[in-house]
Amino acid sequence: MPYGSLGFNILAAVVKIVFMILGFLMPLASILTWLERRQSAMMQDRLGPNRANIGPFKAWGITHFLADALKFLFKEDYVPGKAHKFLFMWAPVMAMAPALIVSAIIPFGPSLCWGQLTKKIVDGVCEHPVPLQIARLDVGLLFYFAISSLSVYGATLAGWASHNKWSMMGGLRASSQMMSYEVTMGMAVLGSFLVFGTLEPGAIVGQQETFLDWSNLSHSWGIFSQPLGFVLFLTAAIAETKRTPFDIPEGEPEIIGYFVEYSGLRFGMFFLGEFLEIVVSSGIMISLFFGGWHWGGTIDGFLAAHLPNIAFVLAMFALWTVKVFAFCSFQLLIRWSLPRFRSDQLMRLGWQRLLPVSIANVVATALIILWAQAK
Amino acid sequence: MAAEGKGTVTVKVVNRPGSLSQQMYLPAIAEGLGVTFRHFMSNFALNVTGQRKKSEIQTIEYPEQKKAYPERHRGLHRLMLREDGQVRCVACMMCPTVCPAHCITIVPEEAPDGTIEKRPRIFEIDELRCVVCGLCAEACPCDAIRMDTLDHAKPTYRRVDAILDKEELMSRGTLSIATQGGVGAMWREKVEGEAQTPADGGVVPAGPPHGTTPKHDLARKS
Repeated sequence: MPYGSLGFNILAAVVKIVFMILGFLMPLASILTWLERRQSAMMQDRLGPNRANIGPFKAWGITHFLADALKFLFKEDYVPGKAHKFLFMWAPVMAMAPALIVSAIIPFGPSLCWGQLTKKIVDGVCEHPVPLQIARLDVGLLFYFAISSLSVYGATLAGWASHNKWSMMGGLRASSQMMSYEVTMGMAVLGSFLVFGTLEPGAIVGQQETFLDWSNLSHSWGIFSQPLGFVLFLTAAIAETKRTPFDIPEGEPEIIGYFVEYSGLRFGMFFLGEFLEIVVSSGIMISLFFGGWHWGGTIDGFLAAHLPNIAFVLAMFALWTVKVFAFCSFQLLIRWSLPRFRSDQLMRLGWQRLLPVSIANVVATALIILWAQAK
Repeated sequence: MAAEGKGTVTVKVVNRPGSLSQQMYLPAIAEGLGVTFRHFMSNFALNVTGQRKKSEIQTIEYPEQKKAYPERHRGLHRLMLREDGQVRCVACMMCPTVCPAHCITIVPEEAPDGTIEKRPRIFEIDELRCVVCGLCAEACPCDAIRMDTLDHAKPTYRRVDAILDKEELMSRGTLSIATQGGVGAMWREKVEGEAQTPADGGVVPAGPPHGTTPKHDLARKS
């Protein structure tokens, strides 16, 4: 199949999707379920789950997630008598699918140069680039908001379809919280949009080629041009994943949450979906604020000039993986360090603090850019 | 103050002093994350390099590591032995009488050699019913039943396996140095006449106090 033909493009897309979902997202999300327990244990001077093993293969209990999956598979899949069967069945899918769909726009490496895989790309000219990003959408981040806001349906419908007061409360809380924090999230990204001038994550990452260049901030990592935007986005992203300190919808001490009636693999889907959201939001944050797959500085150019293309891409992908992993771990750290908010405090923080600050951030960014252009 | 009459609820408004940095939460959050991160890193590094003892991890990995019970722990029962290896129990039925959980079953029989009046033919303790109160060991007049094995009842797959029989209970038994049959009203003389502390510094016998009672006290009383 020649480069650029329809068959090639479809094949490349399928390979990328399979790799991204089965090769990266699902394994990482699964391992995060174990890592969360292990890391929190270490933070609290405990050991955590370290026993699961396959024969002699133990590796600090990393196979714990397989044991979890098996447990979920063999548990009874109970559907309450008065539940709305159809929605009850589909709510976990609707909670999990958006995270998988959104992963399409995350760039996870520089372009592969088809036909020149084993050669060094000397002058940076790539004749047949295959971008390592499932979908290059010009709407980019808008697509992210459009799809990730759909996951609120998963939580709300799960709460409603269970025919249970507590899950209903959880669903309502989830919808109010997620809608509130989406506004802040969008505003936080608007600042990055003004700096980079594009919404396409691949292009945004492509621009962040230098680590830090005060004279040309739109080509440095986003954290330096939008530090406030990063804090706002991080806060909103954690609120979107519905984890502590924003775990009001799950509220273990009082209502347990919208998935209280779920058991077996259906609960497992909510559980895994939460971790998928962590991975995906980490990927988005890295693309926007931490240079994506870039090492930064002159390392990129050096590696590109001295390694064959395939090795260069692998090196970049490895760094991206490390960044995503570190970010996921950071989110776990936050989840196990901070106390939770009360429902009204959550709303006040979202609407009265974060939203005005994010609007101020956008205005300030716009003014600074205007000033820089006028000069 | 005019409005403050009967039925008026006054609310004391507390203005929490808070600087901007406190209201922003962020410095406090960073500090908290620092604490947890420091714990994680030190525990993680020490654990990976095999220096767990130096780390702050408190976990005792139970089946492999066991924490020693305190000396006075009440645990699994055992039946003490006579010098000839027979059971010390004389089937006086004190312990099943006092047992609040009715977990002790004793069927007495006549001892064949005639030197002892009675002995238990069946002595069973249902460890699942036992509430580990220790009253049986308290009630025993001849130091036959004890709970000082510093162990606890073993988990079993079948309930019937939790019922321990005489042989099982005696398998953990040792020689008691208390005088079989007791010394009755003569115990003070007995205490003075014999060294009550065992040579190996082992278990403390039941019966009259020995170590805690100073000799001169006994002498003065007698």
